[in-house]
Amino acid sequence: MGADVAVTNSIAVTNRIIGARAAVSFGAALICTVLMFATRVFATVLPEDRADVLYHSYNGGGVQVHGPSILVRKSVGKQVSVWANYYVDQVSSASVDVMATASPYTEKRIERSVGMDVLHDKTTFGLGYTSGDEPDYKAKSAHFSVSQDFFGDLTTVAISFGRGWDEIGKHAQPGFQEKMDTRTYRLDVSQILTRSLIAGLTYQTISDQGFLNNPYRSARFLDPSVPRGFSFESEVYPKTHTSNAIAARLKYYLPYRAALMTEYRWFQDTYGIRANDIALEYTHPLGDHWTFEGRARYYKQSAADFYSDLFPRSNSQNFIGRNKELAAFNTQSLGLGVSYHLVKGMLPLVNSASLTFNGEYVRYKYDDFRDVTKGGAPGAEPLFDYDAFVIRAFFSVFF
Amino acid sequence: MKQRTRSTFIQAAVLTTLLGGVCACSSFELKPWVKPYERNQLADPIMSFNRDPVSLSYLHHVREVREGARGAEGGDGGGCGCN
Repeated sequence: MGADVAVTNSIAVTNRIIGARAAVSFGAALICTVLMFATRVFATVLPEDRADVLYHSYNGGGVQVHGPSILVRKSVGKQVSVWANYYVDQVSSASVDVMATASPYTEKRIERSVGMDVLHDKTTFGLGYTSGDEPDYKAKSAHFSVSQDFFGDLTTVAISFGRGWDEIGKHAQPGFQEKMDTRTYRLDVSQILTRSLIAGLTYQTISDQGFLNNPYRSARFLDPSVPRGFSFESEVYPKTHTSNAIAARLKYYLPYRAALMTEYRWFQDTYGIRANDIALEYTHPLGDHWTFEGRARYYKQSAADFYSDLFPRSNSQNFIGRNKELAAFNTQSLGLGVSYHLVKGMLPLVNSASLTFNGEYVRYKYDDFRDVTKGGAPGAEPLFDYDAFVIRAFFSVFF
Repeated sequence: MKQRTRSTFIQAAVLTTLLGGVCACSSFELKPWVKPYERNQLADPIMSFNRDPVSLSYLHHVREVREGARGAEGGDGGGCGCN
């Protein structure tokens, strides 16, 4: 695995500070979860054979991440479908965290996932495995799911369970080796309400145990002994973390051929974070070849109990964190998408294909995380905010 | 002895209630109120919660890395529920 990881230290690397751990473990879980559940677009029917080649890009807050993602799904007989995904993040980071305490860096992260779905009568069994590699982080996860249709296929219930095993290292410190285990439990209920309205309800709990903080992030405390008035120290997080999230979504087929979706999610965890987000999405096909999409989302969270932008002194409490993902903040995003569909006969050997471009603008606005790179008296620096652009461009082939 | 009789009576009552409930449920036939031939709109690909799994996975990945919340993301179900 390590041979597949290429690190390009074109910029001086003295320290790497990003939510890399979160990126790998969460990304792996997400890919597994979404790919497994994607099998049930039509209940009790295996998904279509398809291949997707995606180019993704994130640019915001001094961080640039881009790379490809390739998915291939193929049925084997009438009851089994297998899939594989290859995903790459090429990261260049000069974020506010990096600029405050270290130097910019670049690195490459690779994820590989494989899985299968087995259909038996009205039950679908899913199994998936993901492996993520980067220079100082290894993540492995496995997922199992069962879904069943009821009530004349009006209702679908799915449960899934996942385990993750992560190994955390630290750049230039070969002796630093920590571990984290993750357990994921998820329940999905999908319900047809009318001939034009469908609802979905999801509950998921995730439990982590082990080394949970990012080894590169630092907490800030008042320090009168230095000219700038503050210093940094290592963060200390609890050794366990459990979160619960519930989401409800509705999708409605409008009187003309278009769809409107609304989604609400509530979240709480043992760190003390409470979060809500609401999203609205509109899909509008135009003729046989074009589909347009628009979406808006608002997200808001409170700070973790042990978060502070500036602690009064060193080691002022048992747990200390200044990771900005633990701060109170909100995000507002707007996205647009367009797809061009090629119908059967336009390409040889394929049933259909489509070319899609999605662009999303996101604004992050923090309530209690300050930008120390802008200067000012300790605790009086300007609050941090930034804009980000997310691009997803992909070609899908159905065969 | 009297206590034992009362306990047995309560157990019998609970059992009878449960059995009655099960019988009532089994006699109550919940019929699908949207027939398969009425699901053409739901079968339209635009009604799927997750038409493009790779693309949606990436969007969730971007959010989870930068936000404190995690879990219960969309992607499940949708469509017509028909064979």
